[in-house]
Amino acid sequence: MDVVFLSRLQFAAATMFHFLFVPLTLGLSIMMAYMETKYVRTKNPVYLSMTKFWGKLFLINFALGVVTGITLEFQFGTNWSRYSAYVGDVFGSFLAIEATVAFFLESILIGIWVFGWKKLSAKAHAFVMWLIAIGGSLSAVWILIANAWMQHPVGYTIRNGRAELTDFMAVVTQKFAVLTILHTLSAAYVLSAFFVMSVSAWHLLKKNNVEFFTKSFRIALVMGLLSTIFVVAEGDVHAVDVAKVQPAKLAAMETHWETSTKAPVFLFSWPDEENEKNIIEIGRIPGVLSFLAFHDINAPVQGLKEFPKDERPPVAITALAFKVMVGSGFYFLTLMILGWFFRNKLIEKTWFLKLMVISLPLPYIAIEAGWVLAEVGRQPWIVYGLLKTSDAASPIASGQVLTTLIGFIVLYGLLGVAGFYMIFKNALKGPKDLTQ
Amino acid sequence: MLESTWFFLWGLLWAIYFMTDGFDLGIGIVYPFLGKNNEEKRVMINSLGPLWDGNEVWLITAAGVTFAAFPILYSVMFSSLYTPLMLILFALIIRGVSFEFRGLSNKKSWVFIWDSSVFVGSFLPAFLFGVAFANIFQGIPIDENGIIQESVFSLLNPYGLLGGFLFVVLFIVHGLLWLCVRVTGDLKDRALSFVKKMWIVEVIVIIGFVAGSYVYTNLFDNYFKYRLLWLILLAAVVSLFMIRFFISKRKFFTAWAFSASTIVFSTFFGIAGLFPNLFPSSINPEYSLTAFNSSSSPYTLKIMLVVVVVFIPIVIAYQSFAYKLFSNKVDPKDLIY
Repeated sequence: MDVVFLSRLQFAAATMFHFLFVPLTLGLSIMMAYMETKYVRTKNPVYLSMTKFWGKLFLINFALGVVTGITLEFQFGTNWSRYSAYVGDVFGSFLAIEATVAFFLESILIGIWVFGWKKLSAKAHAFVMWLIAIGGSLSAVWILIANAWMQHPVGYTIRNGRAELTDFMAVVTQKFAVLTILHTLSAAYVLSAFFVMSVSAWHLLKKNNVEFFTKSFRIALVMGLLSTIFVVAEGDVHAVDVAKVQPAKLAAMETHWETSTKAPVFLFSWPDEENEKNIIEIGRIPGVLSFLAFHDINAPVQGLKEFPKDERPPVAITALAFKVMVGSGFYFLTLMILGWFFRNKLIEKTWFLKLMVISLPLPYIAIEAGWVLAEVGRQPWIVYGLLKTSDAASPIASGQVLTTLIGFIVLYGLLGVAGFYMIFKNALKGPKDLTQ
Repeated sequence: MLESTWFFLWGLLWAIYFMTDGFDLGIGIVYPFLGKNNEEKRVMINSLGPLWDGNEVWLITAAGVTFAAFPILYSVMFSSLYTPLMLILFALIIRGVSFEFRGLSNKKSWVFIWDSSVFVGSFLPAFLFGVAFANIFQGIPIDENGIIQESVFSLLNPYGLLGGFLFVVLFIVHGLLWLCVRVTGDLKDRALSFVKKMWIVEVIVIIGFVAGSYVYTNLFDNYFKYRLLWLILLAAVVSLFMIRFFISKRKFFTAWAFSASTIVFSTFFGIAGLFPNLFPSSINPEYSLTAFNSSSSPYTLKIMLVVVVVFIPIVIAYQSFAYKLFSNKVDPKDLIY
């Protein structure tokens, strides 16, 4: 196994594990800020105990997100040094800005929030929570700007044998970045809402703290419904942009081999990449891909065969990730709409509550699938059209990478088990003695 | 000029990281031994609880700024120091979650696992950063492509080990002083008598490190060229003695502040001697990475300068607020962790 492949596995393991925790941080912090504000306004102690109960789960989750985040920044240097040297002039700035402008805010204030209940006024304490929520989403914005640049590099020139930044604002404001930010943040809010709704549903099924969990469920429902509608609608616009800037990814998403008008989508398809065709095609709907990509069923859509074999992404993974993401999105939309109609009689709709509980893994799977689509679908490029992944790894021994890869898998395996065990143990314990 | 400014900022950000995270790493090293019972241990963790997370962001910032301002340095430094950096990362991960997990069960074996993790997770970063920076001061065996030519164990040479030892001692003193600020009773008495002994060790190790630097490195070349640089060493020595002075006066917060400046000036002692090198090659000086041959374009450096000049003071302002808020005594009846 070579350094590139091992480094890719390691980066995938580290990022995907990190991203198990990031989305909940982004959305739950906003709900907690809202709950705490409600408490300050109404003085109703149930909002205080809501803030503290969800806060406890938030903190375990936050700690895992923070410690696993440092490794990502370091890996650009340790494992992808040729990448770093080639594009650091552009890419490095955005990582540095993220830490300086946003991540400090979140990390310093979280300490003040946790330990400052008796030191700050109730208003100031709630305000700190809002700043943490803003800091979190702002962090994500800068990281996503950096990622969007890898997907669609703009605002640079090749000079001195490397990519050099020429237009900072072009990178920050490019359409692909804006769409990536909107898509990822709203998906994270969907996951967070889902988390709160599922845990609440579990307690409502047991008739524990009914007022507490009905209120929690409804707060999350508002966030969840709005975010799901938004993410589905925005996803449509996003696909149009992908069609324009990364046509090979779009073709792989739908296992589309031959350039054609009225390009179809399939309910399910499986590619044979060797022979450049699909071996399974079920539920062919002509014209839909043309419509998705260009909002015109007669528009021609480039097929994979237009691209040289070594410039196509792995088709099966890309297509599967896309199907999982989109399928889950529509499933969430259904659940959220049902939830809206049941919002005043949740406790009676036990089948719905059960469905909410067992569906909790799905938003996690969907959001990871979204990243698999974004990153695997960009291959063989690390920076689309500019630098290939195979030219980006560090000049290190594969044994070194293999060792740390095993280390990551063992450590993250243990942490994942311990972390989720702790989150769910505390989630199922419910709010006891949290108001002091 | 732009590159030189960034060289200074680069050193400053790493020094701030060592200064801030230093005390909580130091507490992590001594706490399994200093605490006689579970409550004392919890008090110690709570003394750093609100602050360690923000401190670690300085590491992310220092690394991020290295990436943004000196991408060539970033790529060579991080790939040639692959194994030690990965060990540091694993250690910091384990340490961070230990604080959260430790209190979630009272089982002896559970607590023991996380106590040991805090120790290992604090000792390794302190030691390895010391080893890494001492080796940078001394020169790393990199070739013209920035590829390290010797095994990673060659970093564990006498001067490298001295650097590791220096950082561990600096951080222990820094951590013990923070405990003197924030804990009470028996625990504080133990921390106080321990820090008095450790201060003597600190003096010896600093003298040893300066002497070692004269023997093993070229750091003093700059000092003989630019006489004003001796002020940095002087500031480190004055800070060092002020620590002891304020310990005697029982003004522990002031002593802690001087310990912070001891760490900053000790780091700068090396950084100033390094200039303009960022990552000297011990094979051939021509392979060395300098502030001038490994920096970003002037455009990127200017943008980052604006970001750093505007936001770092803001960060320092609200982090100082956090330090002030949590510089009182930890109440054993009101523990979070």
